[in-house]
Formats: sequence, C-alpha cells, structure tokens
Amino acid sequence: MLSCQQATELMSQEQDRPLRLAERLGLRLHVLICSACSNYRRQMNVLRAACRRFGSGGTP
Amino acid sequence: MDLDRQSELNALRPDLLRFARLQLRDAGAAEDAVQETLLAALTGSHRFESRSSYKTWLISILRNKIIDTIRSQSREVSASSLADDEAGDDLLDDTLFNRRGHWTDAAAPGRWADPEASFEQQQFWKVFEACLDHLPAKTARVFMMREFLGFETDEICKEAGISTSNCWVVLHRARLGLRTCLETNWFAGAGT
Repeated sequence: MLSCQQATELMSQEQDRPLRLAERLGLRLHVLICSACSNYRRQMNVLRAACRRFGSGGTP
Repeated sequence: MDLDRQSELNALRPDLLRFARLQLRDAGAAEDAVQETLLAALTGSHRFESRSSYKTWLISILRNKIIDTIRSQSREVSASSLADDEAGDDLLDDTLFNRRGHWTDAAAPGRWADPEASFEQQQFWKVFEACLDHLPAKTARVFMMREFLGFETDEICKEAGISTSNCWVVLHRARLGLRTCLETNWFAGAGT
C-alpha cells in the first residue's frame, strides 16, 4: 500500500510521464480510499491549468 | 480599431517584466528579454482588437526570448545548486507528512472551491506569482521551464545537468510547495 507521500510523488510524475501499470493501479487504489490525496490529484490538474493560463498571458 | 501601440506597450511592460523576472530570476537578463520583445513588437505589423489579445501575442514573443536565454546559459542550473534548494524541502516534508508518510491533520489537502472563478480574479494571480516567487530559485526555474515554456523533462534534464529521476523529484517538490502555498494563502480562505 502506498503512503500519501509516495502517492503525491506519483501524482506529480503522471504529469510528466506515462505511469507503469502497477503504479497506476497502486495510485488508483490509494486515491479511492484517501480523500486528501484525491483532492491533491485534482489540485495537480488545477495547477497545470493555472500554469497554462499564466504562461500564455491569459490572466485578467 | 488599431491600438495605440506605444501606450499599450508602456501599460503592459510591467507585466512582461514580472513574467520574465519570475522565470529568469535575474533582473538584467529579464530586462534584456523584455527589451528584445518590445523591439520585435514595434516592428511587427499584426493588428489587434483588444489589449488582451495584444498581451497574449507579446507574451508568446517573450516566452521565446526566455527560452533563448535559458538555452544560451547552459548548465546554469547545476546539480550542486539544486542541492542547495533541498535543505528547505526536508523541512516542508516534516510539516506535511508524519513518520509513516501520511498527511498530518493540519496539512491534509482540502477541496478547492471553483478554481475557474479564482482564475478570473486579479488577486488570485498576485498570490500565484508570490507563491512561485517563494519557491527555491532553481526549483522554480525547472518548474517554469516545464509548465510555462513547455520543455519536455528530457530537455530540462539536459539543460539543467541533472538526471531524469532528479528532475521528477524537483518537479514534485515545486508542485507540492506551490499547491501548499496556494491552499494556505488563497483557497483556504476563498473556499466554502
């Protein structure tokens, strides 16, 4: 079972590389039972969206 | 309608300079990149309907200038200077995770209410910039190469002179630090 710390590492890496099958399954299981990490994963996507917007000059 | 180029450029210049400074962390180099961008902008013949489309165009020129600068300063982000950033990282880990690697009660990520609405607020972007600025310099630079300039991790590793796995660690550190800063300084107050 992954710890939250390990899960956050994988949730960052999935932004940069395709995860291996075992990593994907481990992560899926973890976020299913861990709401904090489930929130974290959504936040990674928000972060990327914010960076896209900021990096293209689309901020108000 | 054609914009009054000169006055628009003057109005947007501080935004451009902040954008360049965040990424280059070097006032002189940032100034140079902005100057070159303004020169290119003044000689361009595009027409723009609004300030926002003009700004988007300027930022895209500036992004290329920043990429050129980074490529020309090869190995600026050396492995040893990244090691300097790491002292603070252990401290961050100790506040966020307990000994078994689980979130501490105070640090467990919450739900961020309506991020899209936050994106429409200037104040959010001030916090965002401040949080980027708060990251250790080299960590921030690697992160922004990835997220703003669109470098693939392979190329970042090469430019930064670090291994691929080290690159992932640095990017993870940056994201962890940035989301923690945003949660503390924006979403914890703006949400619910």
